[in-house]
Amino acid sequence: MNRLLPFIAFMLLVGLFGFGIWWNSHHDQNAIPSPLLDKPAPEFSLPKLYEPDQKVSKADLLGQPYLLNVFASWCIECGVEHPVLSAAAPTLGVQLVGYNYKDAPADAMNWLQKHGNPYHLLIADEPGQTAIDFGVYGAPESFLIDANGVIRYKHIGPITAEVMANEVKPAITAMLKEAP
Amino acid sequence: MTPELGQLALILALLLALAQSILPLVGAWRGNRALMAVARPAAAGQAVFVAMAFGILAWAFLRFDFSVQYVAENSNLALPWYYRIAAVWGAHEGSLLLWILILNLWTVALLALSQKLPEVFASRVIAVMGLIAVGFLAFIIFTSSPFGRLLPSPGDGADLNPVLQDPGMTFHPPMLYMGYVGFSVAFAFSIAALLGGELEQAWVRWARPWTNLAWAFLTCGIVAGSWWAYAELGWGGWWFWDPVENASFMPWLVGVALIHAQAVTEKRGSLRAWTILLSIFAFSLSLLGTFLVRSGVLTSVHAFASDPRRGLFILAFLTIVVGGSLLLYALRAPKVLGGKPFNVVSRETAILISNLMFTVAAAMVLLGTLFPLVGDALDLGRVSVGPPYFGFLFPLLMAPVVLLLPFGPFLRWGKTDAPLIRQVLLRAGIAAVACAIVAAFFVDGQLKAIAGVGSLVWLGIGVLLYAAKRWREVPRGRRYPAEMAGMLLAHLGVGVFVLGVLLSESLSVTRDVRMAPGESQRIGSYEFRFDGVHHTTGPNWTADQGTITVTRNGSDVTVMHPQKRTYPRGQVQTESSVDPGFTRDLYVALGEPMDANDLEGAWAVRLYYKPFIRWIWAGGLLMMLGGLVCAGDKRFRIKRTARAEAADAVLAAQETRA
Repeated sequence: MNRLLPFIAFMLLVGLFGFGIWWNSHHDQNAIPSPLLDKPAPEFSLPKLYEPDQKVSKADLLGQPYLLNVFASWCIECGVEHPVLSAAAPTLGVQLVGYNYKDAPADAMNWLQKHGNPYHLLIADEPGQTAIDFGVYGAPESFLIDANGVIRYKHIGPITAEVMANEVKPAITAMLKEAP
Repeated sequence: MTPELGQLALILALLLALAQSILPLVGAWRGNRALMAVARPAAAGQAVFVAMAFGILAWAFLRFDFSVQYVAENSNLALPWYYRIAAVWGAHEGSLLLWILILNLWTVALLALSQKLPEVFASRVIAVMGLIAVGFLAFIIFTSSPFGRLLPSPGDGADLNPVLQDPGMTFHPPMLYMGYVGFSVAFAFSIAALLGGELEQAWVRWARPWTNLAWAFLTCGIVAGSWWAYAELGWGGWWFWDPVENASFMPWLVGVALIHAQAVTEKRGSLRAWTILLSIFAFSLSLLGTFLVRSGVLTSVHAFASDPRRGLFILAFLTIVVGGSLLLYALRAPKVLGGKPFNVVSRETAILISNLMFTVAAAMVLLGTLFPLVGDALDLGRVSVGPPYFGFLFPLLMAPVVLLLPFGPFLRWGKTDAPLIRQVLLRAGIAAVACAIVAAFFVDGQLKAIAGVGSLVWLGIGVLLYAAKRWREVPRGRRYPAEMAGMLLAHLGVGVFVLGVLLSESLSVTRDVRMAPGESQRIGSYEFRFDGVHHTTGPNWTADQGTITVTRNGSDVTVMHPQKRTYPRGQVQTESSVDPGFTRDLYVALGEPMDANDLEGAWAVRLYYKPFIRWIWAGGLLMMLGGLVCAGDKRFRIKRTARAEAADAVLAAQETRA
């Protein structure tokens, strides 16, 4: 019996590998579900970009759903999604909150001046500490947060026109429908 | 037309491999010499055809035959010739071809050097090598042929992954495969022994240099890979506990255990079953390494080919080879505990402890590597264990090994007198503690660094004491046989390696900074001045090249040129610049420009000061050298034993009667 142990252990391993192959052929490798999905957004308190002496906290934003868009002037892909966001902002149905990430305020303001400012509210996280709580991998990233402060949807990477039409807008519609 | 010949050559090689494996096995079972005699010519023929296929693929790369899809996908007109050769193994299909080529190299070496083995045993060994070749050749032919055509043929090809366009990467795969595949020899020996029902000590002696050689190659491959990751990836790290790195590390760990277990079995006859099991493990883990990289079961930076069909094939192959040999082991492993008895304080005990530590470490790495998969299976979500897990457990397991290492050579087989051990403990211990105390003043009391200095002295003095003892007690000429010299070198390598790891980990300085032209940053006594970025071109890339002048106390040290390269297909690759040194490396990598429109302006730059990092690879190379020297010992050459003569005589007698 003792001598069969290596064989049995190996067969368990084979089972695991078989499962791995099956799992990988049925799942998208790049989909890393955010552990924050359907969890309350982390607490934060960050200065407004244009009025750095005023702070905005999570509590201030409770009661209204919003799309939190992490962007930076140094981020090239943010320039890709910016026109899409600008076009969609008026008909989005929720507030668009800009989250300026690891950026010098002057650079960010220049960038917004150049590309336009679709955001209803702009907060700045220059040291990038709060972004860690949000689990931000890099800019751009977007979080849809409902009136109760719960993260309902997350997108990593630029929101292209397709992502906007096929993912972001349906997610907003679904969220608004269930709200009273 | 030529690429089709390559495919044909592979098919012929497969047929010969089938003949090489099935006929001699039947022959050895039925005592039929004619069938056994098929093994050698079939194996030689297989090698010829595999070499031909490999040559044809290399030739297609050299003459830009983009009608071959694999060539078109992995090279282009601008790629220099040496990288076109390296491109042969730059992706999945070709790297498998390299695998099988190397398997054939080992088989040919085996053919040349096994003339004196008893015929039954030798033909079984060659047949097992043939079985492995069957699996891999079938895998190439049925799922991953490198000779597929692309019609109409494109005017120019894509590109070799720029990450692989580096001298380190040119040598890394062949060396690694030499190691992986080399373990097949020890594996074939064990399977042949299980089939034959006995494991003679003489055969283990004969298998030992093969294991040492394979392990040395594997060490070299891992060192080259680590060096490449350090120089190329731009993160300044030398080991990332990435699944694919782990895949090469597991057979290495088991290889260490196997080398030592073989020594016990050969010299004392103990641990027979364990030696067999370890040689099965070592080769299985090599196959597993191939499987993990190729199947897409685990994703990582390295997994450049993944396809579920291939994954299933390798899994089936793995099940047959590993499952089959473990089953064979369960049924036929030597039942009687052989060998001479030994005391608690003896070399056997020390080797058993180290064996235990190395196998547990390999199991630990396996568990950590497969944990994401377990997480999926038990629906725990995508979990992965990273450096914190490995970085905590691995040193914990290796600490006892480092502590016991100096005693190893002093311990005698069977039993040892305690006073001798106490003497070594006292001398090496005092030296290590004294040096550690002195070092403490130089490293700001960093515990890791102090431990590093202590470990080097502890191991180094251990080695020196033993060398001195041999010098005193043994007449000239017989003082340091290759086997022992190799062991001492490898053990010294461990010390150098540990020092490199602990010092560079604890004393490294990293700066992630924004630098405008003319600005300086200071790390320790080194002053890094950023002199801006300009545009430059190479054979098949253009680059933004930074200039960083390093001075120390006012005198120039070096001028460094980190690059951000753009390859023809738009791939961007960071080329860091390293100023190597005996006691420190200076390392600079270029990040992003602060303003994409002003490349002459400020850039994000990463500056590293890495003390003693070179000692890590130096230690690895010493271990490799130890393995090589050890493999060259004259004692391992086969002498035809009386029993082998007898076995062949019996066979000849059966033959005449039949």
